[in-house]
Amino acid sequence: MAVKRLILNFPAHLVDQPVTYKLIKKFDLRVNILRARITPREEGKLMVEISGKKSKLEAGLRYLAELGLAVQSLAQEVNRRQERCIECGACVSICPSGALAVERPTMHVSFFGDKCIACELCVPACPYKAMEILF
Amino acid sequence: MGAVHKSYQEINEKIRAGKAVVVTAEEMVGIVREKGTRQAAQQVDVVTTGTFAPMCSSGVFINFGHTDPPIKAGKVWLNDVPAYGGLAAVDLYLGATEPAFDDPLNKIKPGTFEYGGGHVIHDLVSGKPVRLRAEAYGTDCYPNRKVEMTVTLNDLPYAVLCNPRNAYQNYNCAVNLSARTIYTYMGALKPRMGNANYSTSGQLSPLLNDPYYRTTGLGTRIFLGGAQGFVVWHGSQHNPAVRRLANGVPRAPAGTLMVLGDLKAMLPRWLMGVSMQGYGCSLAVGIGVPIPILDEEMAAFTGVSDEDIVTQVKDYSFTQSEPLGEVSYAQLRSGAILVNGREVTTVPLSSYVRAKEIANILKDWIQSGSFLLGEPQHFFPTVQRGEPEENMSDEVIVDFEKPPLA
Repeated sequence: MAVKRLILNFPAHLVDQPVTYKLIKKFDLRVNILRARITPREEGKLMVEISGKKSKLEAGLRYLAELGLAVQSLAQEVNRRQERCIECGACVSICPSGALAVERPTMHVSFFGDKCIACELCVPACPYKAMEILF
Repeated sequence: MGAVHKSYQEINEKIRAGKAVVVTAEEMVGIVREKGTRQAAQQVDVVTTGTFAPMCSSGVFINFGHTDPPIKAGKVWLNDVPAYGGLAAVDLYLGATEPAFDDPLNKIKPGTFEYGGGHVIHDLVSGKPVRLRAEAYGTDCYPNRKVEMTVTLNDLPYAVLCNPRNAYQNYNCAVNLSARTIYTYMGALKPRMGNANYSTSGQLSPLLNDPYYRTTGLGTRIFLGGAQGFVVWHGSQHNPAVRRLANGVPRAPAGTLMVLGDLKAMLPRWLMGVSMQGYGCSLAVGIGVPIPILDEEMAAFTGVSDEDIVTQVKDYSFTQSEPLGEVSYAQLRSGAILVNGREVTTVPLSSYVRAKEIANILKDWIQSGSFLLGEPQHFFPTVQRGEPEENMSDEVIVDFEKPPLA
């Protein structure tokens, strides 16, 4: 089974399309919506975790591309600014998905982009403003 | 073989000759365990420590040079952060926790405290231009009432970091017993003990390796903000009379240090502006104190490991004033502690990784002969070894006062 965490960018003319429904019914994919937002210009952003058979997932992604949705990987949208991170642990205790973790016993702080659900809790919790989320 | 006794002069001679044996406090743990205190004292000359964490009682004295016409600056702002101008004409003190004058503070909780004194200090050491604004009432000798200029650290005739309370000897482990998330200087604390935050570098922490301040006094040369600085006095709230373990280490916050150094020689990596959600601005300061191994006792002191030192778990929601328990730094570092039979995850606000880096930089400086030990010219209030417990207080001084009863 393949899993992908993606951001689907809906142009204004596609905002009213039942894209998630199609992904589920037509491609037998599991779609878990992590976040959704519609901007004042009526462009939509949907943060999803999609899982299913590899061939179906690929077919589903082709369908999205044909529709005209821009698809980005979630990991690219979340960034830790290394020069600002002092590797304390202020972000770790509030991170709900385990994407930020203290390696023990070295005490290095790691960021696993594939676990991040872009909830943004770490952004204000970091005293050094090291976490950046572009979603 | 007789007892080991080394003087500061002897150790400094060895440093000059490139022959001093220098290890970090982390390395000393294994050396003392393996060889015992006597052999460790014979072999090791200096143990280096380190800590890097928010230290609110920090700030910088600045003289910005006389203007034409001259001004006796009364009110001063640096990048819109108010500084204290109640000194001579163009002298000022900028405190780390001062927020920008137009910061919304906690009006919408929790505030974000984007920019304050600590950030100005970081920008100055980064070489960034800073907007300086000053107002005055005007006198015959200082007729100018207003100046506005852009300065860099290079332009300033004088800038000295002077922190009245740094390097706390031990600090509480903070939890929250209440039913809502609270935002404290110990970070965000989730309700019903959802997490536990602590903030020392444990076995690497300067004063946990010199529990009675035997070698740390006025004139002790240290790593401060990436440059050489000095310990100049004991810090505010310095309180040696707290209950201690058999190894001399206090079980709760105890001693503190006032430190000083030339800001112009410091580095932005070791002076970072802090925005503590819902609490305020601050400055993370990098400090490393070298500890001379004068004799066996100092070897024993510096040989303490995270298993040998403890702190108190305190509730920061004003629900319970008594400590909830005592935990070792080994437990804190493992990632979870047991409090009232419940497992609570722990994270540090102090960077162990950076503390270790500081201890290693200091070690390199001493090994290369570029850093000599400063012999203390004055010692700070302390207690006797094995002072009876009844003379010690359990009082834990924290940075806030109790709120009135509702």
